[in-house]
Amino acid sequence: MSETITIGVNHITRVEGHGNIKVDVQNGEVKECKLEIVEAPRFFEAMLEGRHYSEAAIITSRICGICSVGHQLASVRATEDAFGIELTKQNHQLKTLLDMGQYFESHVLHVYFLAVPDFVGAPSVFPLVATHKDVVLSALKLKKLGHDIGEMIGGRLVHPISMIPGGFTHMPTVKKLEEILNRIQDAKEELKNGVKLVSSLTLPDFERETEYISMYRDGEYAFIDGNIFSSDRGEISYKDYRKVTNEYLVPHSTAKRAKFSRHSYMVGALARFNNNYKYLSDDAKQAAEDLGLKPKYYNPYMNTVAQLVELIHIVDNSTEIINDMLAKGIKNEKPVIPELKECAGVGAVEVPRGILFHEYTYDKNGFITKANCIIPTAQNLQNIEDDMNDMVPDSIKKRTKEELTLDLEMLVRAYDPCISCSCHLLDVEFVNE
Amino acid sequence: MSKPKVAFFDFTSCEGCQLSILNLETELLELLDIVDIVEFREAMSEKSDTFDIAVIEGSYSRDSDLGRLKEIRETAGVVVALGACAHIGGLNALRNSQQREDLLKKVYPDHPDWYETNEKALPISAAIKVDAVVPGCPVDVKEFVHVVKNLVLGKDPGLPTYPVCVECKLNENICVYELGKTCLGPVVRAGCNAVCTSNGGVCIGCRGLIPNPNLNSQKDIMQKYGLDIQRIIDSVNLFMTENAREVQ
Repeated sequence: MSETITIGVNHITRVEGHGNIKVDVQNGEVKECKLEIVEAPRFFEAMLEGRHYSEAAIITSRICGICSVGHQLASVRATEDAFGIELTKQNHQLKTLLDMGQYFESHVLHVYFLAVPDFVGAPSVFPLVATHKDVVLSALKLKKLGHDIGEMIGGRLVHPISMIPGGFTHMPTVKKLEEILNRIQDAKEELKNGVKLVSSLTLPDFERETEYISMYRDGEYAFIDGNIFSSDRGEISYKDYRKVTNEYLVPHSTAKRAKFSRHSYMVGALARFNNNYKYLSDDAKQAAEDLGLKPKYYNPYMNTVAQLVELIHIVDNSTEIINDMLAKGIKNEKPVIPELKECAGVGAVEVPRGILFHEYTYDKNGFITKANCIIPTAQNLQNIEDDMNDMVPDSIKKRTKEELTLDLEMLVRAYDPCISCSCHLLDVEFVNE
Repeated sequence: MSKPKVAFFDFTSCEGCQLSILNLETELLELLDIVDIVEFREAMSEKSDTFDIAVIEGSYSRDSDLGRLKEIRETAGVVVALGACAHIGGLNALRNSQQREDLLKKVYPDHPDWYETNEKALPISAAIKVDAVVPGCPVDVKEFVHVVKNLVLGKDPGLPTYPVCVECKLNENICVYELGKTCLGPVVRAGCNAVCTSNGGVCIGCRGLIPNPNLNSQKDIMQKYGLDIQRIIDSVNLFMTENAREVQ
């Protein structure tokens, strides 16, 4: 490719929300290489002010449809943290299962519907109905399972209903848990076919070591409870999340950005895999080996592969939880009603795209006086841009403009960004055309 | 006869309604028997210059979106508002009680001047004519399929004009007022099968008011149960900020 190029992709497709990629190279020198976030500002932190504690999760759920379970979990955990409500074992299990239902739905959607079309040269999943019908049907079946797990626990998966601060207003039945358990076992076989499919695909060969940040809890692959873990600095209390995220603004993005020990850091499946590998189930470790993924892995395109590994782990972990619930019996626990007081709390949870933080301050009547939400995609944006800046100078010598455009779009998609959330992304624009 | 072309567009929203449609799974494949989906940015890279039915999710909150909305209106034979944000402003409109400048200063304190937003987040009907709606936050996907089928047949999809209470009673739920909670079921449009009250929640009004809602009767209910009318106004504010004044 010539030494002077401009790339401009406006409204990158097959991602959640609106973003653009802009690249400008003059005589082999990268003048500009950035990821613009053009999603409309939504002002959630301002809308939360003055609202009652019982409404916080209802409101923040609407930050994003795909991540609504995640926002509700972070919101409810923050409120519970503020009022000093401890989780019972069953409450912990129900929350974890709900989170896992969301992982199932979200990871399957990303791996099969959004990422795989690139690798088989299709513009979307729809043409694959004709050429790869078995794969599409398998993906639909897996996605439906995630959906149904969410429905069993939350009443529905998009903007769930029954999880409130202090507990759940609705319990799953034994019959439903048994049905889901059977389908989870079938899903494991379907996922093994997915591992075969994905291991046959060739991912772009690009590595850049960065700081990996996830949740951490001794003895488990942490989902809804734990501290923060940085691959550079180790464990940090979840209460000190602001020391990690250090949010700042850039003019080309309505989403805020984050940095900790370096210029940028990565959150999400690959970060969790790198930090918490030892706690994956044996079969998930085996799948990782079959897929050529070992910790520490520095190729961001492998985030998609790490998601597939996590799906296997989730099958095993959710089987364990459901078996335990069935053995002990489901208790009709009423949600704890908080004692109102002036207080503040932080909720940190791992959601499909990475670690998510909500923090609320309450007045003595239970109304929010201050709110803060820090979104995984916002934490990843600078890392994506740093990957682009690292990749482009070398790639322009070897790749055509079309190939490089696709490389960049695939890079952004690999992070599975959620732009609605981050502004609460995507087109590539090669400037100068 | 060629199949009608359907295109999806999104403005200020969480994209949860489009996601709910992708969640249709097998019904989505059946829907593809009667329509062609020609644009759906969340799921596909293809784009189309022509389409018969435009399905729009999200509120109208930026002047720069007006041109695109008008283009969609000029191209489409039928425009469908998908979900509460497009239909009634939805949760986005919760910001409308605060001044634009205050919002920008609160959320982007260092650079409030970098970002574009209107004074209010409004339903898309504030910008263009809308022919049909699929209410809800998120939409009920069965209702979405019902609306599309009827539009393909050239019929008025027709939405329930009775309140959520009707469906809630059919589901044999205990009235949440008996449990001391505040619920918008008596004045909000049915069609969701009372999904919130059936899962231990209350109706939060995401589907909008029924035609000619009996607001006096709602006030009577509040008095009967000794509840503060302010709680209803707060609830109405969640999804129907523009209606809240009417209720007051």
